[in-house]
Amino acid sequence: MMQFVLNGLVLASTIALGAVGLSMTYNILRFANFAHGEVIAIGAYFSLAVVTLIGAGVGSIGPIAFGWPLLVSLPISIFVTSMIILLVDALVFRQLRNKNATRITLIMAAFGLSLMGRSLITLFAGGDPKYYEFSIRKVFELFPGAKIGPDELAVMGIAASAFIGLYFYLSRTIMGKSMRAVAENPVLARINGIDTRQVIRWTWIIGTAFATVGGTFLGHIEQLRPEMGFDLLLLMFAALILGGAGNLYGTVLGAILVGLIDSMSVAIGLSAYRAAVVFMVIMLILLVRPQGLLGEKA
Amino acid sequence: MPGGNILEVRNVVSGYVPTLPILNGVSLDVKVGEIVTLLGPNGAGKSTLIKAIAGILKVWSGTAHFLGRDLTKFETHDLVREGLGYVPQTENVFAKLSVEENLEIGCLVNRKEYPRQRERIFELFPDLARQRSLAAGKLSGGQRQMLAVGRALMANPKLLMLDEPSAGLSPKLAQVVFSQLLKVRDAGVTILMVEQNARAALQISDRGYILAEGREHLQGDAASLLDNPEVGELFLGAKSRLAKTGLGAKSHLAKTGPGKS
Repeated sequence: MMQFVLNGLVLASTIALGAVGLSMTYNILRFANFAHGEVIAIGAYFSLAVVTLIGAGVGSIGPIAFGWPLLVSLPISIFVTSMIILLVDALVFRQLRNKNATRITLIMAAFGLSLMGRSLITLFAGGDPKYYEFSIRKVFELFPGAKIGPDELAVMGIAASAFIGLYFYLSRTIMGKSMRAVAENPVLARINGIDTRQVIRWTWIIGTAFATVGGTFLGHIEQLRPEMGFDLLLLMFAALILGGAGNLYGTVLGAILVGLIDSMSVAIGLSAYRAAVVFMVIMLILLVRPQGLLGEKA
Repeated sequence: MPGGNILEVRNVVSGYVPTLPILNGVSLDVKVGEIVTLLGPNGAGKSTLIKAIAGILKVWSGTAHFLGRDLTKFETHDLVREGLGYVPQTENVFAKLSVEENLEIGCLVNRKEYPRQRERIFELFPDLARQRSLAAGKLSGGQRQMLAVGRALMANPKLLMLDEPSAGLSPKLAQVVFSQLLKVRDAGVTILMVEQNARAALQISDRGYILAEGREHLQGDAASLLDNPEVGELFLGAKSRLAKTGLGAKSHLAKTGPGKS
C-alpha cells in the first residue's frame, strides 16, 4: 500500500512540475498550450547537453545518483529553454494575440509547434532513448514494505520546495501579485499600471523553469525521449482540470491525485488500464464537482 | 496651473466595433480642481468616452490632451504614472486579491509610498482597514466601491475618472460615496465621473455635461443643470421640476428616468 503511495507521489511530482506552466499560460494567456510537453522535453535535452559537456557520471551527491553536473545543468537549460520559448512567443503567440486571435487559433498554433518541437528534438538528438547516467540505483526501505530510491526522494523534495517557493513568489512579491491581477482582470491590471507584456514574459519564464526541472528529473528517473513531454501532457491537463482550471494550487493538488490514482490502478492489478482508471475517476469527480476541486463556479 | 484645463477632449470619435462609432465627435473640458459629471441616456457614450480617454478604446479621430500631453500616444498602463486614475463601473477590484493587495497593486507606480498611502486610504475609508486581509470579492457592495476608489487614489492621481461610482448602492451608501468624493477633491484631486444618479452627482459637482448620441448635448454649471427643465425631465424625474415650478400634476416623464448603461 505505502509503496504505491510513494510511487504515485514521485509521478505526481513530475506531473505537477510540468502542469505549473500549463496552468499559468492557461490563466494568464488564456489558452491551453498543447506545446507545453515539448517545453518539458526541450528543457530535459538541454540539461542532457550540459551534462554531456561536463562529462557524464562525474560526481554524485552522497547516495543520490545524479551529481552536481545535473544540478549545474538546470539553471543553464532553464535559461536557454526560456529564451527559446520567449522567441517562440514573440514570433508566434504575440503576433496572434495582437491580431486578437481566438483561443482555437492559439491552440492550433500550439499543436503545430508541438509537432515541430518533437521533430526538431529527433533531428538533433535522435529518436532513441537517452540517459543522464547509467549507474545502478539502490533503493531503501522508507516505511515497512515501501521502498524508494534516494533519487526519487530528492526529486520529491525538490518539487515540494519549488512549489513552496512559487507560493511565496505569488503571494509576497509584487510581480507575483501582478500575475494574479492579470490572471483575474487584464484590463484593470493595465489601468493600475501593470505592463501585461512584462507579466506575460515572466509567466513563460516561470512555466518554462518548472517544466525544465520536471523534464530533467523525469529524464533522470526514467529516460529522455522526444515524446517524453507529449506523453505527460494528457496527465497534466487532467491535473489542471481536476484541480479546477484557473487555480494553480488546485493544479498541484490535481497532479498529486492523478499520480496517486495512476499508481493505485497498478496496485489493484489494472496496470494495463491505468490511463483509463485515471480518467474514469476524474470523470466521476467532475460529475460531482464540474468546476474541479478548487475551481470556482462559473 | 489653477483654473487651467487638466483635460481637453476635442471632436473624439471612437467605439467598440469598427465602422460603428459610439462617440461622434465629442468635446469636453475639465478644469483643475473641478468635479465634472457626465450625464446622458443609455448609449449616449458616457462610459465609452471615459474608456477612450483611459486608452482602453482607441481614439479613431479627434484629440485628447491631459495636462497638455497627447493621451492617444500613451499606453493604458502608462497613464497612471502620468496622473490619470480610472475606476471602471464593474469588476473594478481584484476579487481574488486581498484588500491590502488591491491597494498595493494600485500603488505599483509609486511603491516607496505604499505604507504611507495605504494608511491614508484606511483613514479615508475606515471600513477597509478592518477588512484588510479579506479577499476583495467578499466585501459588501459599498465597501467594494470604496476599495475601487481607494485603489485608484493610491497612485496619487491628478485626475480621477469614475464610471458610475454609486451604481448598485443604496441611496444612503451612494451619499457616503459622494461625500467621500468631495473629500477626495478637497485633497486636490480633479474628478470626472459618469453618473445615473444625476441629482446626487450634480449636487457635489461644479459642472456637468449631458451627452446624447455621442456628442455633448448640453453643458453648464451644476446648479444651472439642476434647474434646467430638460435635464429635470430626462434625469431628475419630472416630479422635481414640477415641484419647483409649482405644478403638482403627475407626469409620464417620470418614466423616462435613468436606466443602466
